[in-house]
Amino acid sequence: MEKVLTRNIGIEQRPTDLKAYEANGGYQGLRKAMSSMSPEDCQAVVSDSSLRGRGGAGFPTGMKWSFVPSDDKCTPGHKYLVCNADEMEPGTFKDRLLMECDPHQLIEGMILSAYTIGADISYIFIRGEYLVAIQRLRDALQECYAAGLLGDNILGSGYSLEMYVHPSAGRYICGEETALINALEGKRANPRAKPPFPQVSGLWGRPTIVNNVETLCNIPHIIDRGADWFKTLGVGEDAGTKLFGVSGKVNNPGCWELPMGTPIREIIEEHAGGMRDGYQLKGFLPGGGSTDFLTAEHLDLAMDYNVIGAAGSRMGTGTMIILDDRTCPVGMVLNLIRFFAHESCGFCTPCRDGLPWSRQVLQDIEEGRGQPEDLETLAYQVKYIGAIGNTHCALAPGAMEPLQSALKYFYDDFKQHISSGRCPYH
Amino acid sequence: MSKSEMIQSDIGSVLTAEEIAEIDAELAHIPYRSGAAIDALKIIQAKRGWVSDECLQAIARHLEMSAEELEGVATFYNLIYRRPVGEKVILFCDSVSCWIGGCDDIKDKISNTLGVDYGETTADNSYTLLPVPCLGACDRAPVMMVGDDLVTHLDEKKIKQLFGKTKKGSTN
Repeated sequence: MEKVLTRNIGIEQRPTDLKAYEANGGYQGLRKAMSSMSPEDCQAVVSDSSLRGRGGAGFPTGMKWSFVPSDDKCTPGHKYLVCNADEMEPGTFKDRLLMECDPHQLIEGMILSAYTIGADISYIFIRGEYLVAIQRLRDALQECYAAGLLGDNILGSGYSLEMYVHPSAGRYICGEETALINALEGKRANPRAKPPFPQVSGLWGRPTIVNNVETLCNIPHIIDRGADWFKTLGVGEDAGTKLFGVSGKVNNPGCWELPMGTPIREIIEEHAGGMRDGYQLKGFLPGGGSTDFLTAEHLDLAMDYNVIGAAGSRMGTGTMIILDDRTCPVGMVLNLIRFFAHESCGFCTPCRDGLPWSRQVLQDIEEGRGQPEDLETLAYQVKYIGAIGNTHCALAPGAMEPLQSALKYFYDDFKQHISSGRCPYH
Repeated sequence: MSKSEMIQSDIGSVLTAEEIAEIDAELAHIPYRSGAAIDALKIIQAKRGWVSDECLQAIARHLEMSAEELEGVATFYNLIYRRPVGEKVILFCDSVSCWIGGCDDIKDKISNTLGVDYGETTADNSYTLLPVPCLGACDRAPVMMVGDDLVTHLDEKKIKQLFGKTKKGSTN
């Protein structure tokens, strides 16, 4: 398979600087757009490409952009493009790779995206802990300003764009796009009510697009090589390639660029090298901590958004977390719920009070104090905390996904904890 | 100085000219002053290690917002410290992939070696131990950050190498 997003990664030990990036075809998409494509042309190519958001939700990128009002349909002022580089979904480690190893690819994608939506200011909202990526992006931005790729009149096109790196002060909820916008405005990162959607009223009340790192990294290639080429990259329903990752007790944990629609079995058994000696696969979260468990019976499914959705889970970030037969499923769910309870912004009751309640029930079960009625309590919590519409945002429903599917697939483990008054895995 | 006097004290007597200049540079591309709240907290913390009450009040005055509102922002975020921390902060990942990789045992080893639990600082002020959500290096789990450095593939031997010579004991 042709490497697209990772073509510059691993060739040299050091990250690609501007010279190396351009030598391998970098900024060709930008040069093409600046010399011969209107924003409308770019919008059409991205819409045609069927690119879907790589941050977890899988929303069609072209459609998201199309909701930004044109200049004649909104009051004069700034428009913003924001890169969501706040990679914090448990078990997800793909955007770090893209930013640390090939910062210019992201920047080129952002310039093209900003040009398409008519943005004049852009931010990279990045995890405060990603110090290496922060430094490399800042170095790359400096190179771009010096080379006329950013700032006033980019490549003589008349188009101007400023770009800033904004390290986050750290909260998972900042990954939610309206919470991220509040954080960029210097506020507590509570999500906002929608509508209005950020495309109409986002940062400082102005039209704003928030896209994930990996999504934006696809844009230079789509602009340079076209929508039809992009659609041929996937082997299933979805277009393009994707960074897939595996962590847990496998021989070769890691992250690889593979075609969309690659079968799960191929990812786990070939790329991740299969389970380590003495460990069996019991289940897995297909795309980060807020996705439903799947099990061995799902290994032949393709990693496509709708295929994984039809199996009762979500492709999410595409980075899988493996549950092995010697790791306690109750303990694993407890770890996840503890995380989500801690990271709740505290705005709405089901999340602020419901998640600590779930954590307490799970901790009681894990530590041998569980009662038979606790299983009904957990099912009740899943029903009411997990229902979209009961909460202000998707954090709490996301937290319920691993719990509800653990109750479905590993119910006997929960029962055994309660009947024997201890964790059988310890 | 009484608390009310402290609140009234001139911003310049608390924050240095350099700190104020850095905050003002952020204000250049932000439409209203309180929009720089998080940037300002981070600037002060980068210089001083943490954000004291005195600094928080001075920043709030400089940004024309109430100290209470800024405190609400400061305490919301994991990486703003409202108490003093040691020379290096250990951000210990306790999320799912590191948990599967045995991070609970590694955390116990760190606590036993340094004599500190989460939220505590070693007696010699070298380290403060804090939990952190997933650090995005799950293929190299278990992991943590020590100061600015990511340390991967943690095991007991590595903990001993890193912290074996630190004087054991907590200040709080």
